[in-house]
Parts: sequence; C-alpha cells; structure tokens
Amino acid sequence: MFIKPSLFAAGLALGLAAFMPGKAEAHRRWLLPTMTTYSGDSAIASVDAAASNELFLFEHNALGLDDLTITGPDGKPVDPAIIGKGRYRSAFEVPLNEQGTYRIAVVMDGLSGMYELNGQRHRFRGGADQVPAGATNVRVMNNAQRIETFVTLGAPSETALAPTGKGLEMVPVTHPNDLLAGEPAQMRFLMDGKPAANMEVEFVEGGTRWRDDPGIKTLKTDADGMVTFSADEPGMYYIEASQSGGEAQGDTPARRASYTAVLEFMRL
Amino acid sequence: MMRNPALFAATGIAASGALAAPAHAGELAVTLEIPRLRVAEYHNPYVAIWIEDQAGKVVSNLDVWYDVDLKGKDKGDKWLSDLRLWWRRAGRSLTMPVNGVTGPTQAPGRYDLKFVEGKGPLKKLAPGSYNLRVEAAREVGGREVVTVPFQWPPAGSKSASATGKTELGAVRLTIKP
Repeated sequence: MFIKPSLFAAGLALGLAAFMPGKAEAHRRWLLPTMTTYSGDSAIASVDAAASNELFLFEHNALGLDDLTITGPDGKPVDPAIIGKGRYRSAFEVPLNEQGTYRIAVVMDGLSGMYELNGQRHRFRGGADQVPAGATNVRVMNNAQRIETFVTLGAPSETALAPTGKGLEMVPVTHPNDLLAGEPAQMRFLMDGKPAANMEVEFVEGGTRWRDDPGIKTLKTDADGMVTFSADEPGMYYIEASQSGGEAQGDTPARRASYTAVLEFMRL
Repeated sequence: MMRNPALFAATGIAASGALAAPAHAGELAVTLEIPRLRVAEYHNPYVAIWIEDQAGKVVSNLDVWYDVDLKGKDKGDKWLSDLRLWWRRAGRSLTMPVNGVTGPTQAPGRYDLKFVEGKGPLKKLAPGSYNLRVEAAREVGGREVVTVPFQWPPAGSKSASATGKTELGAVRLTIKP
C-alpha cells in the first residue's frame, strides 16, 4: 500500500500535536482570584479554576485541583479550603494570615506517551514500562505544566516568587501584585532554570466575550528571557507560553513545558 | 582628607539654612468637604490625606478615616485597599491603626484640620515642591482623588484649592512658613 507523502506528514504532525501543551491545546487554563490585593490583619482569597475558550468564563471544563500548591510569604506551603468541583469550575479559598505575597499554582510534571500496536495507536500515562511487548513507534514525553496566579495581603513580598528551576516559569521583575494599567511590567521566563530566550508569550485581556477583537498580543522574550507587558486598561489578564526542550533520545523522553498565569492590572 | 566640592557646598547650604530657620514651625491647614449624596445606600467614605513629593513618595500621612472600630469577620481594615492610590503609596506598608493618624469615618460636612510641622503626623518638610492628596472611597460607591500642589516653605501665608466632582467637595490648603 502506498501512502501519499503529504498525507503521511500530516498524520505525523497531528500525532505530535496531541502532545503539545499550550498553543496546540485549544483551551486556556487559569486560576482566577476575585482580586489580588487585600488589606487587614488577615483575609480570604477566593479563587476559581477552569479551562475555557473565553476569558474568564466558565464554559468548558473545571480544572482539577489535585496538583494545587500554594506558597505563603514565608516560602512555606499553605493549605487551601477546597469548596468543590462542578462541571465548569473548581473553587477554593486561600486563608491569608501572614502579610505578603502568596503564589497559587497548579503544577504538573509527569511522563506520558504513545505507541502503536497491531496498527492501532494507544496513549499512556507514565514511563516506558507502561508499554506492552511488541509495540512500535513508542514515544515518551515529559510534560511540565504550571498554571498560576498571585495574591498579596498588605505590602508585596518576594519570597514566594523564587523560581523552582523546574519546567517553564515566570520570574517577575515588576511584582505581579504591583501592576498598573499604562505602566510597562517586566517579567523573565526560565526553562528548567535557564533563560527561555526568543519564546512567544501570549498576553490576553480578559472580557473577550464583550469584544470583537480577541485582544491577543504576542510578545517575544529576548536573549535573557525578558518580556515587557503593557496593559492599556485595568483588569484581569492572561499570559501563556510553551517550550519544547528537545526530542526523545533513547531513554531520555522529549521534554515539553507550558506556563499560564492570571495577572491583575490596577488603575491608580 | 579630600572632599568632593559639590558635597561640601551642599553641606554648607544645609548648615546655613538650619541656622537661618525661624524658631517657630510651619503650619498647614486643610479644609475639606464630604458632599451629601442622594443614593439608595450611603456609607461614610474612607478618606486618606497625605503629602507626597514630586516623585510620588509619601512624606507625611496626615489623616486616615476608616471603620476603626468595626470588629468581627470583616474588620474595617478590610476595605483600606479601596483607597487605591494611598494604599499603594503608603497604606500597605503601615501597621494599622497608626497612632495620631487614623480615626473613624466622618459624615458628609465640612472639616477643618490643622497640622504643625514637626508635631503629630506632620513631619518636618524639606524645602521643595509637594502635593497634598485627598482620596475618598465609599462602600458601594465611587472613588476620587483631589490634588493640591504647593511649595514649601511659602513666602508668607498662602492658600490654594481644588474641587472634586463626585466623592469630594472643595479641598482648601492654607500654609504658613
């Protein structure tokens, strides 16, 4: 049997696309706090978690909270109060009992892959040990995903913002809870702790449902992984970026990473 | 020891300035109006009054009116961040309440406030250009900032004013060297 080369190439591209995080995934995934700056001795931040087409509407899927990690101003983990998971959104509360900045993140880092057996394509989670004998075209992928947002009680602090050195991360230069409409905000992206140079970052204004313009600005990081965001209007904004860190080689899986965040720009 | 000439000159001016300074401290009087608003649900506004330099750095917090005594689940300081400009410039790094600065909210009306340099909340002001800022934010309502620029020290008694459109009425500043 002959296969047209172009069709074959398309099939291959499609297969790979299924693994690509970020852009190839149609839905945006986000953690949305009702607001990001709080005052007083203590406060409770309320957060929704969802995947959607439009920002910030609950219209596709709830985001799972199994991998929710909250870092307090002292760098220690904070326990959320999970409200629950519905069809379209998950919801939880974060008790803010210390002054400073909290990093709220859903972080996933795991292996998955695909293989062919008896002419059928199969997907699996985990390493190559999940692959049955006789399988061909085995591809294993390490996929690191970080979905995050930030809230601050009182004055902003830095401790919770320290990079972990794993996957794709944003290291704020301008504090993420000190962003103003009309003022440029600088951020640096790292891939496994090293500058994510020359990478596209999408910057999208919330409220897409009430505009004709999708409101997407595509920015590019410089050689040092730096990018500058500028919001004309105050509101909640979404950023997204993804990176691939090489193809599978022998026992070393191909590495992909994605990053999304929700940032609030204030009016002064 | 070598001295930088510019630094030496600056020190010289500061020293002679201190010698020439009058024995009495400067005064600053603020008159402000909180307008009566015809709305279904009215709460007294939170109000912050402060002085900042040309770079926006707060040099003195004069007054902050909020629900100091509100207790329970949602204490009064929960809404301090609604005074967005003041919160970013000063509030968020203060421990509330601040002695001699914070007080309860006030009903609509005219308020006369007087501050003496070096006493209470009014810190000693170095000569220069400043802005008096008055910010008001109201629960279930709006927010407004009124700015009155002034020079310090003034040559004699001087006054200037500005008027808000919604949450604040006339704000008048009178200064004496």
